[in-house]
Amino acid sequence: MPEQDRDPKSATVTRRGLLKCAAWAGAGVVWTMQGGVLRSTNLIGAAQAGEASSRALSFVQISDSHIGFSKEPNATPHVTLQSAIDQIRALPQAPAFVMHTGDVSQLSKAEEFDTAAQIIQGVGRDVRFVPGEHDVIGDNGRAFFTKFNGSPDRKWYSFDHGGAHFVALVNVVDLKPGGFGQLGAEQLEWLEKDVKGRSASTPIVVLAHMPLWTVYSEWGWGTDDAPQALGYLKRFGSVTVLNGHIHQVMQKVEGHVQFHTARSTAFPQPAPGAAPSPGPMKVSAETLRSVLGVSRVTQRSHDRALAIVDDTLSG
Amino acid sequence: MTHLLHTTYSRYPASLALVALLVASAACRSADRSTSADVAPKVAPTGQAHEALEPRKITIGNFTFSPASLEVPVGATLVWVNEDDVPHVVVGVDAGSPLRSPALDTDDRYSVVLDRPGTYRYFCSLHPHMTGTVVVK
Repeated sequence: MPEQDRDPKSATVTRRGLLKCAAWAGAGVVWTMQGGVLRSTNLIGAAQAGEASSRALSFVQISDSHIGFSKEPNATPHVTLQSAIDQIRALPQAPAFVMHTGDVSQLSKAEEFDTAAQIIQGVGRDVRFVPGEHDVIGDNGRAFFTKFNGSPDRKWYSFDHGGAHFVALVNVVDLKPGGFGQLGAEQLEWLEKDVKGRSASTPIVVLAHMPLWTVYSEWGWGTDDAPQALGYLKRFGSVTVLNGHIHQVMQKVEGHVQFHTARSTAFPQPAPGAAPSPGPMKVSAETLRSVLGVSRVTQRSHDRALAIVDDTLSG
Repeated sequence: MTHLLHTTYSRYPASLALVALLVASAACRSADRSTSADVAPKVAPTGQAHEALEPRKITIGNFTFSPASLEVPVGATLVWVNEDDVPHVVVGVDAGSPLRSPALDTDDRYSVVLDRPGTYRYFCSLHPHMTGTVVVK
Protein backbone atom coordinates (compact mmCIF):
# COMPACT_ATOMS: atom_id res chain seq x y z
CA MET A 1 0.00 0.00 0.00
CA PRO A 2 1.42 3.44 -0.94
CA GLU A 3 3.05 5.52 1.77
CA GLN A 4 0.34 8.17 1.88
CA ASP A 5 -2.24 5.55 2.74
CA ARG A 6 -0.56 4.81 5.99
CA ASP A 7 -0.90 7.01 9.02
CA PRO A 8 2.68 7.82 10.06
CA LYS A 9 1.59 8.02 13.68
CA SER A 10 0.22 4.54 13.91
CA ALA A 11 0.26 1.23 12.12
CA THR A 12 -3.29 1.56 10.81
CA VAL A 13 -4.20 2.26 7.22
CA THR A 14 -5.48 5.80 7.01
CA ARG A 15 -9.10 6.60 6.30
CA ARG A 16 -8.11 8.07 2.98
CA GLY A 17 -6.54 4.84 1.87
CA LEU A 18 -9.59 2.85 2.78
CA LEU A 19 -12.01 5.26 1.15
CA LYS A 20 -9.95 4.97 -1.99
CA CYS A 21 -10.45 1.22 -1.89
CA ALA A 22 -14.15 1.70 -1.31
CA ALA A 23 -14.37 4.02 -4.28
CA TRP A 24 -12.83 1.43 -6.55
CA ALA A 25 -15.07 -1.26 -5.11
CA GLY A 26 -18.00 0.93 -6.06
CA ALA A 27 -19.80 0.04 -2.84
CA GLY A 28 -20.80 2.33 -0.02
CA VAL A 29 -18.79 0.15 2.36
CA VAL A 30 -15.39 0.74 3.90
CA TRP A 31 -13.25 -2.03 5.32
CA THR A 32 -11.14 -0.78 8.16
CA MET A 33 -8.07 -2.42 9.53
CA GLN A 34 -7.67 -1.32 13.08
CA GLY A 35 -5.58 -3.20 15.56
CA GLY A 36 -5.32 -6.04 13.07
CA VAL A 37 -9.09 -6.58 12.91
CA LEU A 38 -11.12 -6.13 9.75
CA ARG A 39 -14.31 -4.18 10.29
CA SER A 40 -16.84 -2.70 7.89
CA THR A 41 -18.77 0.49 8.17
CA ASN A 42 -20.83 2.25 5.56
CA LEU A 43 -19.11 5.04 3.71
CA ILE A 44 -20.94 7.84 5.43
CA GLY A 45 -20.20 6.42 8.88
CA ALA A 46 -16.51 6.12 8.08
CA ALA A 47 -16.38 9.69 6.85
CA GLN A 48 -17.84 10.85 10.11
CA ALA A 49 -15.64 8.67 12.22
CA GLY A 50 -12.37 9.74 10.64
CA GLU A 51 -10.58 12.96 11.37
CA ALA A 52 -11.71 15.80 9.09
CA SER A 53 -9.27 16.31 6.27
CA SER A 54 -8.46 19.93 5.67
CA ARG A 55 -8.21 19.07 1.99
CA ALA A 56 -11.53 17.22 1.83
CA LEU A 57 -13.36 17.65 -1.45
CA SER A 58 -17.09 17.15 -1.27
CA PHE A 59 -19.94 18.39 -3.43
CA VAL A 60 -23.20 17.22 -4.91
CA GLN A 61 -24.17 17.32 -8.57
CA ILE A 62 -27.82 17.82 -9.52
CA SER A 63 -29.02 18.09 -13.08
CA ASP A 64 -31.90 18.50 -15.51
CA SER A 65 -34.53 19.89 -13.16
CA HIS A 66 -36.58 21.08 -16.20
CA ILE A 67 -38.77 23.42 -14.16
CA GLY A 68 -41.75 24.18 -16.41
CA PHE A 69 -42.08 20.64 -17.72
CA SER A 70 -45.59 19.37 -17.02
CA LYS A 71 -46.10 16.07 -18.80
CA GLU A 72 -45.76 12.39 -18.08
CA PRO A 73 -44.07 10.93 -16.18
CA ASN A 74 -43.75 13.99 -13.91
CA ALA A 75 -46.21 16.88 -14.03
CA THR A 76 -44.55 18.50 -11.00
CA PRO A 77 -40.78 18.63 -11.44
CA HIS A 78 -40.61 21.38 -8.82
CA VAL A 79 -41.80 18.83 -6.26
CA THR A 80 -39.12 16.30 -7.14
CA LEU A 81 -36.50 19.04 -7.25
CA GLN A 82 -37.54 20.02 -3.74
CA SER A 83 -37.16 16.38 -2.69
CA ALA A 84 -33.64 16.34 -4.09
CA ILE A 85 -32.78 19.49 -2.15
CA ASP A 86 -34.30 18.04 1.03
CA GLN A 87 -32.27 14.88 0.52
CA ILE A 88 -29.06 16.89 0.18
CA ARG A 89 -29.88 18.88 3.30
CA ALA A 90 -30.36 15.62 5.17
CA LEU A 91 -26.92 14.25 4.30
CA PRO A 92 -24.97 13.40 7.47
CA GLN A 93 -21.99 15.27 6.09
CA ALA A 94 -23.00 18.45 4.29
CA PRO A 95 -21.38 18.97 0.88
CA ALA A 96 -19.29 22.10 0.46
CA PHE A 97 -21.38 23.18 -2.53
CA VAL A 98 -23.87 22.01 -5.11
CA MET A 99 -23.29 21.95 -8.86
CA HIS A 100 -26.22 22.06 -11.31
CA THR A 101 -25.23 20.71 -14.73
CA GLY A 102 -28.00 22.38 -16.66
CA ASP A 103 -31.52 22.25 -18.08
CA VAL A 104 -32.52 24.12 -14.97
CA SER A 105 -35.65 25.23 -16.85
CA GLN A 106 -37.80 23.78 -19.57
CA LEU A 107 -38.17 26.80 -21.84
CA SER A 108 -35.80 29.51 -20.50
CA LYS A 109 -38.75 31.43 -19.03
CA ALA A 110 -38.09 33.93 -16.26
CA GLU A 111 -40.67 32.34 -13.96
CA GLU A 112 -39.07 28.93 -14.48
CA PHE A 113 -35.63 30.30 -13.58
CA ASP A 114 -37.13 32.03 -10.54
CA THR A 115 -38.92 28.93 -9.26
CA ALA A 116 -35.82 26.80 -9.75
CA ALA A 117 -33.59 29.35 -8.01
CA GLN A 118 -35.95 29.60 -5.05
CA ILE A 119 -36.06 25.85 -4.54
CA ILE A 120 -32.34 25.31 -5.08
CA GLN A 121 -31.28 28.15 -2.79
CA GLY A 122 -33.03 26.27 0.00
CA VAL A 123 -30.17 23.79 0.05
CA GLY A 124 -28.27 26.28 2.17
CA ARG A 125 -24.96 25.90 0.37
CA ASP A 126 -23.24 27.67 -2.50
CA VAL A 127 -24.72 26.56 -5.79
CA ARG A 128 -23.03 26.88 -9.17
CA PHE A 129 -24.55 26.33 -12.58
CA VAL A 130 -23.83 25.53 -16.17
CA PRO A 131 -26.67 25.86 -18.70
CA GLY A 132 -28.42 23.19 -20.70
CA GLU A 133 -29.89 23.78 -24.16
CA HIS A 134 -33.28 24.39 -22.54
CA ASP A 135 -31.79 27.32 -20.63
CA VAL A 136 -30.48 29.30 -23.61
CA ILE A 137 -33.54 29.49 -25.85
CA GLY A 138 -33.91 32.69 -27.84
CA ASP A 139 -31.11 34.69 -26.22
CA ASN A 140 -28.01 32.46 -26.28
CA GLY A 141 -28.29 32.24 -22.51
CA ARG A 142 -28.16 35.93 -21.66
CA ALA A 143 -30.94 35.68 -19.06
CA PHE A 144 -29.50 32.47 -17.65
CA PHE A 145 -25.97 33.81 -17.25
CA THR A 146 -27.29 37.02 -15.71
CA LYS A 147 -29.35 35.17 -13.16
CA PHE A 148 -27.18 32.19 -12.33
CA ASN A 149 -23.68 33.44 -13.00
CA GLY A 150 -24.23 37.05 -11.93
CA SER A 151 -23.45 38.59 -15.32
CA PRO A 152 -24.42 38.04 -18.97
CA ASP A 153 -20.72 37.95 -19.81
CA ARG A 154 -19.83 35.25 -17.29
CA LYS A 155 -20.47 32.10 -19.29
CA TRP A 156 -17.65 29.59 -18.67
CA TYR A 157 -15.55 29.89 -15.55
CA SER A 158 -13.27 27.99 -13.21
CA PHE A 159 -12.74 27.75 -9.48
CA ASP A 160 -10.80 25.78 -6.91
CA HIS A 161 -12.14 23.68 -4.10
CA GLY A 162 -10.73 21.01 -1.86
CA GLY A 163 -7.45 20.94 -3.75
CA ALA A 164 -9.14 20.31 -7.09
CA HIS A 165 -9.58 22.69 -10.01
CA PHE A 166 -13.05 22.93 -11.50
CA VAL A 167 -13.87 24.15 -15.00
CA ALA A 168 -17.49 24.94 -15.76
CA LEU A 169 -18.12 24.78 -19.50
CA VAL A 170 -20.91 25.76 -21.86
CA ASN A 171 -21.55 23.37 -24.72
CA VAL A 172 -25.14 24.22 -25.62
CA VAL A 173 -24.85 27.54 -27.46
CA ASP A 174 -24.28 28.07 -31.21
CA LEU A 175 -25.13 24.48 -31.96
CA LYS A 176 -24.54 23.52 -35.55
CA PRO A 177 -27.19 21.75 -37.60
CA GLY A 178 -26.68 18.03 -37.69
CA GLY A 179 -24.17 18.34 -34.88
CA PHE A 180 -23.77 17.61 -31.24
CA GLY A 181 -22.87 19.87 -28.35
CA GLN A 182 -20.18 22.42 -29.03
CA LEU A 183 -17.63 24.33 -26.96
CA GLY A 184 -16.35 26.72 -29.65
CA ALA A 185 -12.98 28.27 -30.33
CA GLU A 186 -13.18 31.10 -27.81
CA GLN A 187 -13.99 28.79 -24.92
CA LEU A 188 -11.36 26.25 -25.96
CA GLU A 189 -8.76 29.01 -26.05
CA TRP A 190 -9.83 30.07 -22.56
CA LEU A 191 -9.64 26.49 -21.28
CA GLU A 192 -6.16 25.93 -22.66
CA LYS A 193 -4.90 29.03 -20.85
CA ASP A 194 -6.85 28.28 -17.69
CA VAL A 195 -5.22 24.90 -17.06
CA LYS A 196 -1.77 25.74 -18.37
CA GLY A 197 0.91 25.73 -15.72
CA ARG A 198 -1.15 23.86 -13.15
CA SER A 199 0.50 20.92 -11.50
CA ALA A 200 -0.38 17.63 -13.19
CA SER A 201 -1.27 16.21 -9.79
CA THR A 202 -4.12 18.70 -9.37
CA PRO A 203 -7.39 16.81 -9.77
CA ILE A 204 -9.45 18.41 -12.52
CA VAL A 205 -13.24 18.38 -12.51
CA VAL A 206 -14.97 19.33 -15.76
CA LEU A 207 -18.63 20.28 -15.65
CA ALA A 208 -20.77 20.63 -18.77
CA HIS A 209 -24.34 19.83 -19.69
CA MET A 210 -24.00 17.66 -22.77
CA PRO A 211 -21.75 14.63 -22.49
CA LEU A 212 -18.13 15.27 -23.40
CA TRP A 213 -17.85 11.83 -24.93
CA THR A 214 -20.06 10.30 -27.59
CA VAL A 215 -22.63 8.34 -25.63
CA TYR A 216 -24.94 7.80 -28.62
CA SER A 217 -24.40 9.65 -31.85
CA GLU A 218 -27.83 8.83 -33.32
CA TRP A 219 -29.43 10.97 -30.63
CA GLY A 220 -26.80 13.70 -30.72
CA TRP A 221 -25.46 12.68 -27.30
CA GLY A 222 -21.94 14.04 -27.50
CA THR A 223 -19.86 17.19 -28.04
CA ASP A 224 -18.18 17.85 -31.38
CA ASP A 225 -15.03 19.55 -30.11
CA ALA A 226 -14.68 17.76 -26.77
CA PRO A 227 -11.54 15.90 -27.92
CA GLN A 228 -9.73 19.21 -28.18
CA ALA A 229 -10.72 20.16 -24.64
CA LEU A 230 -9.72 16.77 -23.30
CA GLY A 231 -6.40 17.14 -25.10
CA TYR A 232 -5.56 20.11 -22.85
CA LEU A 233 -6.26 17.89 -19.83
CA LYS A 234 -4.33 14.86 -21.00
CA ARG A 235 -1.34 15.50 -18.75
CA PHE A 236 -3.35 15.61 -15.51
CA GLY A 237 -3.33 12.58 -13.26
CA SER A 238 -7.02 12.72 -12.41
CA VAL A 239 -9.77 14.18 -14.56
CA THR A 240 -13.42 13.80 -13.68
CA VAL A 241 -16.00 14.83 -16.25
CA LEU A 242 -19.50 15.38 -14.89
CA ASN A 243 -22.34 15.86 -17.35
CA GLY A 244 -26.11 15.72 -17.50
CA HIS A 245 -28.47 15.92 -20.49
CA ILE A 246 -29.22 12.21 -20.90
CA HIS A 247 -31.20 11.78 -17.66
CA GLN A 248 -29.54 8.54 -16.65
CA VAL A 249 -26.29 7.42 -15.11
CA MET A 250 -23.65 6.46 -17.59
CA GLN A 251 -19.95 6.07 -16.94
CA LYS A 252 -16.75 5.53 -18.82
CA VAL A 253 -13.12 5.48 -17.85
CA GLU A 254 -10.42 6.32 -20.33
CA GLY A 255 -6.95 6.37 -18.85
CA HIS A 256 -6.95 9.02 -16.14
CA VAL A 257 -10.30 10.42 -17.23
CA GLN A 258 -13.49 9.36 -15.51
CA PHE A 259 -16.70 10.33 -17.37
CA HIS A 260 -20.02 10.31 -15.56
CA THR A 261 -23.54 11.53 -16.31
CA ALA A 262 -26.11 12.17 -13.59
CA ARG A 263 -29.79 11.39 -13.32
CA SER A 264 -32.37 14.12 -13.73
CA THR A 265 -34.50 15.39 -10.87
CA ALA A 266 -37.45 15.63 -13.29
CA PHE A 267 -37.83 12.59 -15.56
CA PRO A 268 -35.80 9.71 -16.97
CA GLN A 269 -34.88 9.15 -20.59
CA PRO A 270 -34.49 5.83 -22.39
CA ALA A 271 -31.20 4.03 -22.68
CA PRO A 272 -29.48 4.62 -26.02
CA GLY A 273 -31.50 3.04 -28.79
CA ALA A 274 -34.06 1.56 -26.41
CA ALA A 275 -36.81 3.83 -27.77
CA PRO A 276 -37.53 5.60 -31.07
CA SER A 277 -36.34 8.91 -29.61
CA PRO A 278 -34.75 10.34 -26.46
CA GLY A 279 -37.90 11.98 -25.07
CA PRO A 280 -39.20 11.60 -21.51
CA MET A 281 -39.53 7.96 -20.55
CA LYS A 282 -42.93 7.22 -19.08
CA VAL A 283 -42.72 5.30 -15.83
CA SER A 284 -45.30 4.63 -13.15
CA ALA A 285 -45.75 7.04 -10.28
CA GLU A 286 -44.39 4.35 -7.95
CA THR A 287 -41.13 3.96 -9.82
CA LEU A 288 -40.56 7.63 -10.72
CA ARG A 289 -38.41 8.53 -7.73
CA SER A 290 -36.23 5.48 -8.21
CA VAL A 291 -35.10 6.80 -11.60
CA LEU A 292 -34.46 10.37 -10.45
CA GLY A 293 -31.54 11.37 -8.28
CA VAL A 294 -28.42 13.32 -7.35
CA SER A 295 -24.72 12.45 -7.35
CA ARG A 296 -22.37 12.86 -4.41
CA VAL A 297 -18.72 13.44 -5.26
CA THR A 298 -15.93 13.13 -2.72
CA GLN A 299 -12.21 12.64 -2.61
CA ARG A 300 -9.80 11.78 0.12
CA SER A 301 -6.46 11.62 -1.60
CA HIS A 302 -5.18 14.29 -3.92
CA ASP A 303 -3.86 12.13 -6.69
CA ARG A 304 -6.58 9.55 -7.28
CA ALA A 305 -9.95 9.37 -8.98
CA LEU A 306 -12.92 11.01 -7.28
CA ALA A 307 -15.58 8.85 -5.75
CA ILE A 308 -19.03 9.34 -7.25
CA VAL A 309 -22.08 7.89 -5.54
CA ASP A 310 -25.45 8.15 -7.30
CA ASP A 311 -28.40 8.40 -4.93
CA THR A 312 -31.96 8.08 -6.18
CA LEU A 313 -34.84 10.06 -4.75
CA SER A 314 -36.52 6.93 -3.42
CA GLY A 315 -34.05 6.53 -0.57
CA MET B 1 -56.83 39.17 -36.31
CA THR B 2 -53.31 40.48 -35.97
CA HIS B 3 -53.04 38.52 -32.76
CA LEU B 4 -54.00 35.30 -34.51
CA LEU B 5 -51.52 35.98 -37.30
CA HIS B 6 -48.66 36.39 -34.88
CA THR B 7 -49.43 33.76 -32.36
CA THR B 8 -47.50 30.57 -32.56
CA TYR B 9 -49.00 29.18 -29.40
CA SER B 10 -52.31 28.51 -31.05
CA ARG B 11 -54.43 26.05 -29.16
CA TYR B 12 -57.20 26.19 -31.74
CA PRO B 13 -58.11 23.12 -33.74
CA ALA B 14 -56.25 22.79 -37.01
CA SER B 15 -59.15 23.91 -39.20
CA LEU B 16 -59.85 27.04 -37.21
CA ALA B 17 -56.20 28.00 -37.17
CA LEU B 18 -56.01 27.40 -40.90
CA VAL B 19 -59.02 29.63 -41.62
CA ALA B 20 -57.74 32.31 -39.29
CA LEU B 21 -54.34 32.16 -40.92
CA LEU B 22 -55.71 32.50 -44.43
CA VAL B 23 -58.03 35.35 -43.48
CA ALA B 24 -55.37 37.09 -41.49
CA SER B 25 -52.69 36.77 -44.14
CA ALA B 26 -55.07 38.15 -46.70
CA ALA B 27 -56.07 41.03 -44.45
CA CYS B 28 -52.76 41.93 -42.95
CA ARG B 29 -50.30 43.52 -45.33
CA SER B 30 -47.92 44.98 -42.81
CA ALA B 31 -46.91 42.04 -40.66
CA ASP B 32 -44.36 42.90 -38.02
CA ARG B 33 -41.25 41.10 -39.17
CA SER B 34 -39.57 41.39 -35.81
CA THR B 35 -41.59 38.54 -34.35
CA SER B 36 -40.62 36.50 -37.39
CA ALA B 37 -43.57 34.29 -36.58
CA ASP B 38 -45.45 34.89 -39.77
CA VAL B 39 -44.40 36.69 -42.88
CA ALA B 40 -47.17 38.40 -44.81
CA PRO B 41 -47.02 37.56 -48.46
CA LYS B 42 -46.26 40.19 -51.05
CA VAL B 43 -48.83 40.95 -53.73
CA ALA B 44 -50.05 37.66 -55.14
CA PRO B 45 -48.47 36.49 -58.39
CA THR B 46 -50.77 36.84 -61.36
CA GLY B 47 -53.38 34.12 -61.60
CA GLN B 48 -52.61 32.62 -58.21
CA ALA B 49 -54.91 33.34 -55.29
CA HIS B 50 -53.53 32.68 -51.82
CA GLU B 51 -56.60 30.74 -50.84
CA ALA B 52 -55.62 28.16 -53.46
CA LEU B 53 -52.28 27.51 -51.80
CA GLU B 54 -52.95 24.86 -49.20
CA PRO B 55 -50.78 25.23 -46.12
CA ARG B 56 -48.16 22.53 -46.05
CA LYS B 57 -47.70 20.77 -42.76
CA ILE B 58 -44.40 19.60 -41.35
CA THR B 59 -44.90 17.35 -38.36
CA ILE B 60 -42.38 17.27 -35.57
CA GLY B 61 -42.53 13.87 -33.92
CA ASN B 62 -40.04 11.50 -32.34
CA PHE B 63 -37.35 14.14 -32.72
CA THR B 64 -37.83 14.15 -36.49
CA PHE B 65 -39.20 16.62 -39.03
CA SER B 66 -41.66 14.92 -41.41
CA PRO B 67 -41.34 15.29 -44.24
CA ALA B 68 -37.65 16.05 -43.79
CA SER B 69 -37.53 17.43 -47.30
CA LEU B 70 -40.46 19.28 -48.80
CA GLU B 71 -41.03 21.07 -52.08
CA VAL B 72 -43.61 23.87 -52.16
CA PRO B 73 -44.65 26.60 -54.60
CA VAL B 74 -43.71 30.23 -54.02
CA GLY B 75 -46.07 31.87 -51.54
CA ALA B 76 -47.09 28.62 -49.87
CA THR B 77 -47.75 28.63 -46.16
CA LEU B 78 -45.69 26.23 -44.11
CA VAL B 79 -46.90 25.05 -40.74
CA TRP B 80 -44.68 23.16 -38.33
CA VAL B 81 -46.71 21.29 -35.71
CA ASN B 82 -44.98 19.89 -32.67
CA GLU B 83 -46.47 16.53 -31.75
CA ASP B 84 -43.59 15.54 -29.49
CA ASP B 85 -43.81 15.77 -25.72
CA VAL B 86 -40.67 17.87 -25.68
CA PRO B 87 -40.24 21.39 -27.05
CA HIS B 88 -38.47 22.10 -30.32
CA VAL B 89 -37.23 25.28 -31.97
CA VAL B 90 -37.14 25.70 -35.76
CA VAL B 91 -34.13 27.75 -36.84
CA GLY B 92 -32.90 28.45 -40.36
CA VAL B 93 -29.39 27.43 -41.23
CA ASP B 94 -28.49 29.88 -43.97
CA ALA B 95 -27.60 33.51 -43.40
CA GLY B 96 -30.64 35.74 -43.64
CA SER B 97 -33.02 32.81 -43.30
CA PRO B 98 -36.55 33.87 -42.36
CA LEU B 99 -36.98 30.71 -40.33
CA ARG B 100 -36.81 31.26 -36.60
CA SER B 101 -39.58 30.01 -34.36
CA PRO B 102 -40.03 30.59 -30.67
CA ALA B 103 -39.86 27.51 -28.47
CA LEU B 104 -42.67 25.22 -29.62
CA ASP B 105 -44.17 23.14 -26.87
CA THR B 106 -46.47 20.19 -27.55
CA ASP B 107 -49.25 21.16 -29.99
CA ASP B 108 -47.68 24.56 -30.71
CA ARG B 109 -47.51 25.66 -34.33
CA TYR B 110 -45.15 27.84 -36.28
CA SER B 111 -46.32 29.31 -39.58
CA VAL B 112 -44.26 30.94 -42.28
CA VAL B 113 -44.99 32.01 -45.83
CA LEU B 114 -41.97 31.71 -48.10
CA ASP B 115 -42.41 34.09 -51.01
CA ARG B 116 -38.96 33.74 -52.53
CA PRO B 117 -37.78 30.69 -54.43
CA GLY B 118 -34.80 28.87 -52.99
CA THR B 119 -33.66 26.13 -50.66
CA TYR B 120 -34.36 26.78 -47.01
CA ARG B 121 -32.42 24.54 -44.64
CA TYR B 122 -33.37 24.46 -40.99
CA PHE B 123 -32.72 22.49 -37.82
CA CYS B 124 -33.88 22.29 -34.21
CA SER B 125 -31.67 24.49 -32.05
CA LEU B 126 -32.41 22.33 -29.01
CA HIS B 127 -31.68 19.08 -30.76
CA PRO B 128 -29.32 19.99 -33.60
CA HIS B 129 -29.32 16.49 -34.98
CA MET B 130 -32.83 17.22 -36.27
CA THR B 131 -32.60 18.80 -39.70
CA GLY B 132 -34.94 19.53 -42.59
CA THR B 133 -35.19 21.35 -45.89
CA VAL B 134 -37.89 23.22 -47.73
CA VAL B 135 -37.41 23.88 -51.45
CA VAL B 136 -39.49 26.74 -52.77
CA LYS B 137 -40.01 26.71 -56.52
